[in-house]
Amino acid sequence: MNDSTIALKAEGLFKVFGRNAEDAVKKLRAGTPRDQLGGATAAVIDASFEVQRGEIFVVMGLSGSGKSTLIRMLNGLHDATAGSVTVGEDVITHIPAKQLRAIRRKRISMVFQHFALLPHKTVLDNVAYGLEIQGMPKDQREAKAREVTEIVGLAGWEDKLPSQLSGGMQQRVGLARALAADTDVLLMDEAFSALDPLIRREMQEQLLDLQATLGKTIIFITHDLNEAMFLGDRIAVMRDGRIVQVGTPEDILTNPANDYVEQFVQDVDRTRVLTAESVMRKPRAVIHPTVGPHGALKMMRDEQMSAMYVAKRDRTLIGWVTDRDALAAVRAGERDLTRIVREDHGAVSKDTALADLFIPAIEAALPLGVMDDAGRLVGVVPRVTLLAALGGEPAAAQQAAPRPDPLPAAVVDRALEAAVHTGAIDAKEVR
Amino acid sequence: MDFRIDFGQWVTDALTWMQTNLTWFFDLLRTIFLGLYDAVNWVFSTPPTLAVIVVAAILALFARGWKFGLGTALGLLFIVGVDQWDNAMNSLSLVIVAAFLAVVVSIPLGIWAARNDVVSAIVKPVMDFLQTMPALVYLIPAIALFRIGVAPGIFATVLFALAPGVRLTELGIRNVDKEVVEAGQAFGAAPGRILRQIQLPLAMPSIMAGVNQIIMLSLSMVVIAGFVGAGGLGGEVTRALSSLDKPLGFEAGMAVVVLAIILDRFTGAFGQKRGLHLIKRLRERMGASANEAPAAPAASEPQTADARG
Repeated sequence: MNDSTIALKAEGLFKVFGRNAEDAVKKLRAGTPRDQLGGATAAVIDASFEVQRGEIFVVMGLSGSGKSTLIRMLNGLHDATAGSVTVGEDVITHIPAKQLRAIRRKRISMVFQHFALLPHKTVLDNVAYGLEIQGMPKDQREAKAREVTEIVGLAGWEDKLPSQLSGGMQQRVGLARALAADTDVLLMDEAFSALDPLIRREMQEQLLDLQATLGKTIIFITHDLNEAMFLGDRIAVMRDGRIVQVGTPEDILTNPANDYVEQFVQDVDRTRVLTAESVMRKPRAVIHPTVGPHGALKMMRDEQMSAMYVAKRDRTLIGWVTDRDALAAVRAGERDLTRIVREDHGAVSKDTALADLFIPAIEAALPLGVMDDAGRLVGVVPRVTLLAALGGEPAAAQQAAPRPDPLPAAVVDRALEAAVHTGAIDAKEVR
Repeated sequence: MDFRIDFGQWVTDALTWMQTNLTWFFDLLRTIFLGLYDAVNWVFSTPPTLAVIVVAAILALFARGWKFGLGTALGLLFIVGVDQWDNAMNSLSLVIVAAFLAVVVSIPLGIWAARNDVVSAIVKPVMDFLQTMPALVYLIPAIALFRIGVAPGIFATVLFALAPGVRLTELGIRNVDKEVVEAGQAFGAAPGRILRQIQLPLAMPSIMAGVNQIIMLSLSMVVIAGFVGAGGLGGEVTRALSSLDKPLGFEAGMAVVVLAIILDRFTGAFGQKRGLHLIKRLRERMGASANEAPAAPAASEPQTADARG
């Protein structure tokens, strides 16, 4: 892995409060349990991880697990007792205060749980705060702050005081302040935990949108596993000061490192973590638009299907046809399949969360189609599969296949034979 | 058994040493005290009495509204009515000088104590000492070091009034939301900047409460300072006490009460949102007048539109 793709690296971080901190680190390294350190309290024990550029890295743990201490070590608000933190190429642990301040100004900003806005300054001045400290001239920083204020959806509120805003809006100011500073790394300490559930969800979605457009590296602290699963590209689970597992949300859900993580993920809403891609199965067969109505009808007869997806040779999804439309077309002597292809295939992207598959799955006549980013049909999710995935056993559904009321084979045979008699198709094609 | 701690003797020795070796220092202080006192007293005593009352009433009106304005005017007229105006102005000058000096010393000390635990640990017992020592006791060294007059009065008053200023400043700064201070640090602000932009503004209500307390304690001390010849209302009260002059005692006493209430409400106004609001409004008004030129055409536009319609 190339080093330039790493935005932040923590190596063997320890934070011990109280007396004899150095001794305590030695003891911890030698394997002494955390509760046998005498007077010292170990908040973070041997934390190591790397955060990729443009990644949302979530640190998840219950209160007292050391996650807030950990995040404060990443920008030097807490000194590390041992270990090192590297932001980009700069080591920020054990450096002079002045140098550390310069790195904070340029490289790493922070969003706080209780917003931590300056109550006596306007929204605009709050957003511009980081720029002010960077020494940007007033008109320049105000212009930039206005821009960012608009991005987070607070246009028109620039001259209000924070106390005149709701909690969600205040946190938008906090987010805007961090974004305006234009640092590579953004630390978010329980940033949405103090908000109402509805507002929280809205903010989470907005954060993902912003992340997609701005490509910041975000380190997000939360105690809410659902939030961690929703936001995180990767998640570090912390317990009693130690990182017990680092992995993608799916890793952690399907492959918990120990009982603690397993217990933890029990209550996770699977439908929000698992995606269409993780439960889809191979499409059994697709019809190419070149085969004509009779070919389509024959294929549906052989597959015992009442309808099938139509896709080009490169699997680009065009639409779907029903056997009844095909039958009518065959009877009418039609030779062009495209005229009876329906385009409302309702296929979803492979990254769609399971929770968002239910309604499309109900509406679709066929097993729900799944497309990749290029619009190619890569799989289908039959309704039974969806139900089985909810039960925690996606594999169980692989055998089950829907048989949604195909035409009786005899009817199809008769129609095809009739077509042979009229000379529309060869007898060979029917068999 | 002959157990006797010669504490008094030690203090006396220390004072004697200071008297002989630091004369220049205390003479300098005395000159500063008297200079300040004369300057402030000149401001209050030179203009006609009525002018002072009117100005005070108008300021009161702005600070808290018409009720306070009216009350201020009536209270000051009462002082004139009982023939204590000059004494009251002398006492007021002494309070203002003493309170000013106490603020100048106590706020930086409070800030230092808030930022340094060692300083805090030393300052705390010293402040306990200053605040609980009977006020009259301060007058003894004050006379020894500054001779009779206004100067020892100011010195004793400053010592006595110091404590709440230091305490409330330290408390205010230490109670500033930790996260907001962290926000300043996280964005790379230097400690001095965090103090100026975050800690002091957010601690302002507490600091202003401290200033208010300093002024109130100064006022109560001013009366006691009458014993060392500081004059003013204190002098009158002392005189009334020694000759059991009931009318004089109560007239001078009421004048102190009136001054106390007026000063308390004034400083209280600045400690509360209302006072800060006032300052902000004044600032806005000044800003608005600066922007008046470009704003004027915009304001006249609707009128022309009306005329056309």
